[in-house]
Amino acid sequence: MGFVSNDIIVDKYLRKDMLPTIFCTGCGIGSVMNFSLRAIHDLNIDMNKTVFVSGIGCSSRVPGYIYADGLHSLHGRAIAYATGVKLANPDLKVVVFTGDGDCGAIGGNHFLHAIRRNVDITVISINNFIYGMTGGQVAPTTPLKSKTTTTPYGNIEYPIDLSMMAKVIGAPYVARWTTAHPIQCINSIKKALQKTGFSFVEILSPCPTSYGRMNKMGTTLDMTKHFKENTINIKLYEKLIAEGKTTDKMIIGELVDTEKEDFNAKYKKFCGELK
Amino acid sequence: MTNDVIRLLGKNQLFIQGDEAAVYGALIADCRFFAGYPITPATEVAEGMAKWMPRLGGVYVQMEDEIASIASVIGASCTGVKSMTATSGPGFSLMQECIGYACMAEIPCVIVNVQRGGPSTGQPTEAAQGDVMQAMWGTHGDHQIIALAPKSVQETLDLTIEAFNLSEDYRVPVILLLDAEIGHMREKVVLPEIKNVLVEERVPATIEPDRYRPYRTGFTRSSKVPEFAPFGSGYRTYVTGLTHDKRGFPVTTSADVHEELVRRLVEKVQDDIDSIWYYEDSFLEDAEIVVVSYGTTSRPAASAVKMARKNGLKVGHLRLITIWPFHYEKTRDLLKNAHTIIVAEMNLGQMIHPITEAVSSDTKVILAPKIGGAIHTPFEILKFIEGEQ
Repeated sequence: MGFVSNDIIVDKYLRKDMLPTIFCTGCGIGSVMNFSLRAIHDLNIDMNKTVFVSGIGCSSRVPGYIYADGLHSLHGRAIAYATGVKLANPDLKVVVFTGDGDCGAIGGNHFLHAIRRNVDITVISINNFIYGMTGGQVAPTTPLKSKTTTTPYGNIEYPIDLSMMAKVIGAPYVARWTTAHPIQCINSIKKALQKTGFSFVEILSPCPTSYGRMNKMGTTLDMTKHFKENTINIKLYEKLIAEGKTTDKMIIGELVDTEKEDFNAKYKKFCGELK
Repeated sequence: MTNDVIRLLGKNQLFIQGDEAAVYGALIADCRFFAGYPITPATEVAEGMAKWMPRLGGVYVQMEDEIASIASVIGASCTGVKSMTATSGPGFSLMQECIGYACMAEIPCVIVNVQRGGPSTGQPTEAAQGDVMQAMWGTHGDHQIIALAPKSVQETLDLTIEAFNLSEDYRVPVILLLDAEIGHMREKVVLPEIKNVLVEERVPATIEPDRYRPYRTGFTRSSKVPEFAPFGSGYRTYVTGLTHDKRGFPVTTSADVHEELVRRLVEKVQDDIDSIWYYEDSFLEDAEIVVVSYGTTSRPAASAVKMARKNGLKVGHLRLITIWPFHYEKTRDLLKNAHTIIVAEMNLGQMIHPITEAVSSDTKVILAPKIGGAIHTPFEILKFIEGEQ
C-alpha cells in the first residue's frame, strides 16, 4: 500500500453530485470517511457488493457520500437494518457508520444484541461526545461535568464506554482511536473489514461547533491535542496497571482481536445438518 | 416451492391455526426472511418460521425487540428477499416508525398483526379489532399502506400470498390484520397447487447503471411505482427515509420535491384501488339494512344476516377484505339502496368512520360494537338488525 492522493479517493469512491458534505468546518467525520475509504481502497473491496448502513445524526450522513449501496435508516436502528441485509445476503459486505448517540443510546439494544449474535458486520462509531445534528445536547458518552445545551450546568450522568461494552459482550474485533491517529485508524478499519463477525472501531472525533465551543476547547487542532493528551494506548495502560498504577485517561488501541464463528456461518452449518 | 412444503409435509391438507396459515402462505409466496419477537397471540407465526425457514433456504432470526424485527425485515427486503414479521398490538405500536420508513423508501414488506385487546398490554390472549385505524394512521405523516383482513384460516393463507403480491407490486408495507380468534382457531386448509398460485415479484431495474434513477417511475406495471434494484446488483442505490428526489438523494427543504414524492406514495396505491379493493357481498340487491363487517366479525355477521333473511327481513351483508385503502365510491355504490347500515366490529367504533363518510348523509349508520375478548354472537347482531326494522 502506498499513499493515495485524496483526488483518487474522491474520484473513485464518492458521489460527487452529493458534495459538498453537510459537515461543519473542523468536524472529524470527514476524516473518518477518508480513513474508511482508504482502508477500502487498500483492500480493493468490491463496491458493488458493499452496503453502507447508517442511522440518524451527523455521522449517519456518511453513506450518502459514498458511491455504493447505502441505507440511511432510522435513528438508532442502523445495526438492526444492517443485520437484515447481512443475514438475507451473506455475500454482501456490510459497514455501519453510527454516532455515539445513535449507537449507545437509542440504538444501544441493537448494538449489544448484534454483538451477542456475532453478525458479520463492521461498525464504525464516530464518537464526538454530543448530539451534533440537533445542535449539541448531552449524549450517553458526554463526560461528567461537560456542558451541552441540555446540561447547561454540567453533565451529572456517568458516560458509557462503547468499546468496553463491545469487548465485554464478546465482539471478536474492537479498536478505539482518535482522529489524531489516521494510520492507526486506517489499519484498524482494514482489520475490522477483514474480520468475520462483529467488528467495532470507535473513533473519537472533534465537534468544534458544539462540544468544543460549549466546553471552551478551542479549535479542532486544540481538540485533537486534547485527544492525544487524554488517551493512553492499551499497551502503556497495561504496563501502568502491572506497575500498580492507574489513570483516568481513555484507553485507545486494539482492544480485542480474536476469532469467533459468526451468525451466518453457524446458521448455514445447522441448515446443512437438517433435511 | 409449494411443492417443497407439500413434499416435506407429505400432504396438502392441514388442520391448523390462522397463525400457522400465515406461515404457509408466506412460504408459498416465496418469503425467505422472517424476523420477529415473541408476543401473544402472534408467537406461532415465529415458531412456524423458525421450523420452516432453515429447511427451505430462508432465514429466521429472533430479534431483540419488534423495532429490530421490522428494521431487519426492511434491510433484508433491500437485498431483494421477500420478508415478513408478525406481532400483536404492543409490538405493532413499536413498529410504527419503521412502517413509515418502508412507506417512504418504498421497501416491500409484510407485517402480520394478530390483534388483541388494548390499549397497552391489555388482553394478550383475547381477540379485538382495535388496531384498524392504527394500521392506516399509526405512523406519522401522509402515506398509504394496504391492509387485508381474513375471516378464516384458509383465507389467512390465501391473503398472506396476496399480501406479498401487493407489497411487491406497489412497493408498500402490507399489513395482514388477523385477531387472536383467527390466529388461534384451527380449521382445515388446503395448500394450493403451485401452478394455480400467482406469485408476483417487484419489477427489477434493467437500465444501464449510470443512467439509473432509483425513484424514476413509468417502467413498471403500475405507472407510479419505481422499479427496484436490490443491494449488491451493482446499481448502487441510496435509500433514505428523508424526503428524496428521483436519485434517492435527500432534498428536505423543497416543497415541490416533497409534494411530488408524498403525493405519488399515496396515489400509486389509490389510483389502482379498483383492482386491490376486495370485498364480498350477499343479499345486497333488495337490502334495506346492511351489516358491514370484516375479519372474524364477518362470521357471526353472516349468520345473523341469514337468520334475519329467514325471518323475512330485507337485510344484506358487506364484508370488507381490503380494509385500507378504503374505497369510498364503491362503498357508497354498494350501500346506496339501504336506509340503515350496521357496522359490526370488535372495538368502540373505527371502520364506522370511513363508512359513515362514504354513504349519503340520509343513510343511518349505527355501530354494533363488541370489546372484551369474546366475538359477537349472531343473536347480538340480529338484535341490532331487528332494532332497525
